[in-house]
Amino acid sequence: MRGVNVALGAAGLAAFLALGEAVPRLGLVKEAYFPPTTRVADALAGELADGAFWTALGDTLTGWALGLAIAAGAGIVVGVVVSVVPYLREATASTIEFLRPIPSVALIPLAVLLYGTQLRSVLLLVVYASFWQILIQVLYGVQDVDPVAEETARSYGLGTWARIRHVLWPTALPYVMTGVRLAAAVALILAITAELVIGAPGLGARIAVAQTSQAVPEMYALILVTGLLGLLINVGARTVERRALAWHQSVRGEVAV
Amino acid sequence: MKLLLRRLLFAVALPAVLVVVWWAASADSTNVYWPPLKTILQTFPDVWTGDRLRTDVVPSVLRLAGGYATAAVVGIALGTVIGSYRRVRAVCEPVLEFLRAVPPPVLVPVIMLFAGIGDTMKVVVIASGCVWPVLLNTVEGVRAVDPVMAETARSYGITGAARLGNLVLRSASPQIFAGLRQALSIGIILMVISEMFAASNGLGFTIVQFQRGFAIPDMWTGILVLGLLGFVLSVLFQMVERRVLGWYHGLRATTRRSR
Repeated sequence: MRGVNVALGAAGLAAFLALGEAVPRLGLVKEAYFPPTTRVADALAGELADGAFWTALGDTLTGWALGLAIAAGAGIVVGVVVSVVPYLREATASTIEFLRPIPSVALIPLAVLLYGTQLRSVLLLVVYASFWQILIQVLYGVQDVDPVAEETARSYGLGTWARIRHVLWPTALPYVMTGVRLAAAVALILAITAELVIGAPGLGARIAVAQTSQAVPEMYALILVTGLLGLLINVGARTVERRALAWHQSVRGEVAV
Repeated sequence: MKLLLRRLLFAVALPAVLVVVWWAASADSTNVYWPPLKTILQTFPDVWTGDRLRTDVVPSVLRLAGGYATAAVVGIALGTVIGSYRRVRAVCEPVLEFLRAVPPPVLVPVIMLFAGIGDTMKVVVIASGCVWPVLLNTVEGVRAVDPVMAETARSYGITGAARLGNLVLRSASPQIFAGLRQALSIGIILMVISEMFAASNGLGFTIVQFQRGFAIPDMWTGILVLGLLGFVLSVLFQMVERRVLGWYHGLRATTRRSR
């Protein structure tokens, strides 16, 4: 069954690529707008041979990883503190609900003014966007703690720290992992957006340059790279999740959030 | 009554404190980039009433609505088809996974090639970014229709539109709404970005314009407007969701209680 599915999937991918080749060749779409697959592949090969491409890739990944790490650290710490300290959760709920839907791109003008095209501009956007994903998941996760387990730990005389470590953290971990997985995707989107719009060095900036210089095949090739990067990050995040939660029953079935 | 008062107090306390802190901390600010909150609030009504509301806010919101609605219809329709047939799903899955993984903002330059820089481009950009979470979540939801219910429907001879509406879409609706919620935030992001790229009006355009002209308090009010827009839309979404998924939340609450 699995083999058949993989074969069908590969056939779908092949058909997709063939369509990309045929549509412009047959003149259904202007080649100048939508170059055939082979020309995009050519451009991609050219990019891969270019040192500047790898620098840009490195810049994008740096912004992504650093931003995600900061957001994860801050999200987990704030989430745990907010849910452990009495009343804090109630007091912060409205503020969180208000700040969360604020689109991170609203901060682009501010980032430009404050940091120009530096990495810090990218980080500002990435951290803001991914922080909420993680924080919300942590809050949900902590809420899920079994009251019986909590009471048991309390009656055995476990201190606050030990309760966080042995009761709260294992319960919240699956949620945290979901949050990190969602945040990883969001962080990539925002990193590339920041580069695209602000011009901070990275793949997004290269796409912007390719677009303004009418290098259409190169532009498609770079977009392809960002898609592959997104795919890799997704697969990577799922693998990490499965490893970290190998002990947990939720790994049996994936729950889409 | 007392309970309600207490909840209100908790809801208002922290925001009030934050605003006061912002007000106090920025009161004597001479830093150009961080104008006093007082100045920002005084600028607000001048900037966002009258003409600008009509020429910038309304077009932006209309584009967002157009793109989002298109994405929802296309995503749910395609997702239902793909989710219903195992073979189709197997063929499409890798391609869909790839297309979803492409960060939506990079589509702006591509769509600009095809659709120029008019309103069409922006609506298409928004739709093309919003469609993936809706589509993939619909596929998952449709696939996960309870087999017992599917069999029951079959043996009662419920087919066609009745089956689609009462069984397939209904049991997939919690998933579909999860997708729609993700799509909403992507839609706002794309609305702003498509306007930052090439536009002559719209919220994104105006805010960048303020920033380039060093009209800093005006820029801040723009950020506030975007924040308010995001907040209002998410509240509206929650209201719709609560209505449509009322049966589901009720069901979940009952199962949890009986456990």
